[in-house]
Amino acid sequence: MKVILRNPRKEIEVDGKRRVKELLVELDILPSTVLVIRGNELLTGDTVVGGDDVLEVRPVMSGGNAGTP
Amino acid sequence: MKCRKCGRAAALELRRHNAAFCSPHFLEFFRKQVAEAVHRHHMFTRDEKIMMAVSGGKDSLALWDVLIEDGYQTAGLYLDLGIFDYSKESKAKCEAFAASRGQTLHIERVAEAVGAPIPVVQQATRRPTCSACGLSKRYLMNRAALQHGYPVVATGHNLDDEAATLFGSVMHWQMDALPRQSPALASTHPKLVRRVKPLYRLSELETAAFAFLRGIDYIVEECPFAKGATSIAHKEVLNRLEEASPGSKHNFLFGFLEKARPAFEKVESVELHECTSCGQVTTGAICAFCKLADLVKRRTST
Repeated sequence: MKVILRNPRKEIEVDGKRRVKELLVELDILPSTVLVIRGNELLTGDTVVGGDDVLEVRPVMSGGNAGTP
Repeated sequence: MKCRKCGRAAALELRRHNAAFCSPHFLEFFRKQVAEAVHRHHMFTRDEKIMMAVSGGKDSLALWDVLIEDGYQTAGLYLDLGIFDYSKESKAKCEAFAASRGQTLHIERVAEAVGAPIPVVQQATRRPTCSACGLSKRYLMNRAALQHGYPVVATGHNLDDEAATLFGSVMHWQMDALPRQSPALASTHPKLVRRVKPLYRLSELETAAFAFLRGIDYIVEECPFAKGATSIAHKEVLNRLEEASPGSKHNFLFGFLEKARPAFEKVESVELHECTSCGQVTTGAICAFCKLADLVKRRTST
């Protein structure tokens, strides 16, 4: 499957099937800091992904300012 | 994973609530949390016009969406910081959002008010970028609301933002900042509008999920100056705690608001004046914003 990372944008290929939460552990990403998106759906940690899936791992953290997040 | 309310496939797991929701029930949960915040802190009424400060990011556009859908009278305020392509893109997102919902969007350019865009301000003053940016935003939000006749400004600060700010204030025991940390800041002077944070009960993950599920086109890229910011480091520490013990951020912030803040509130007693230069409210003779603009003017004219 293809995994698209953001900030900075990077695309990686991951072989085999696994649960989303296992994929995030492999990528060293905390689950509460990203949305995992497949097409127009959000995936929970127990969803099995792989094969032809294209996933976007979108960070949710914003900050650095004190005015208007 | 199943939705707690209907048993269908869940779209989002909320570990701090020990729950998961499908898309429709998550949207319902989110809107209820905003309504609870507005009600609990008497943030605004349906008769008031609300100025919604928007950055083009997930939080402020998600909140604006909730307020519009709930029938509140709103208009947006976008502060153009002049940060290269980042500002161009975020402004375009706000304009498209406002146009698609038939809402007014006021635009203020920091470069006009301070004398230079944020990147030049940073070079000229050698202050941390986020410090000058935050100061400019607070000043311009209040000024714009007064000019256009809005009694209240709503911002998209979420639970993670508030917990990280509190963490930073406690780390340095900033006794002046602690009493001001609140989901709703009252007007303490005729020239100060109220400031409210209706998303303070919702996490960053939740606001991002709401924006995605509502199809809101927000800017995902981070401000180029946010990298290395102290507030980001504080968020990362709190995220590690949250991972080990879900609910930590909530307990930290809500415990402060309910148990500790009243004690700090008694400490604060400041006299407010009108700045002799611009007329906005300050604790001294000249406000911090006018001092910043003066410094930028002197440093950029040489």
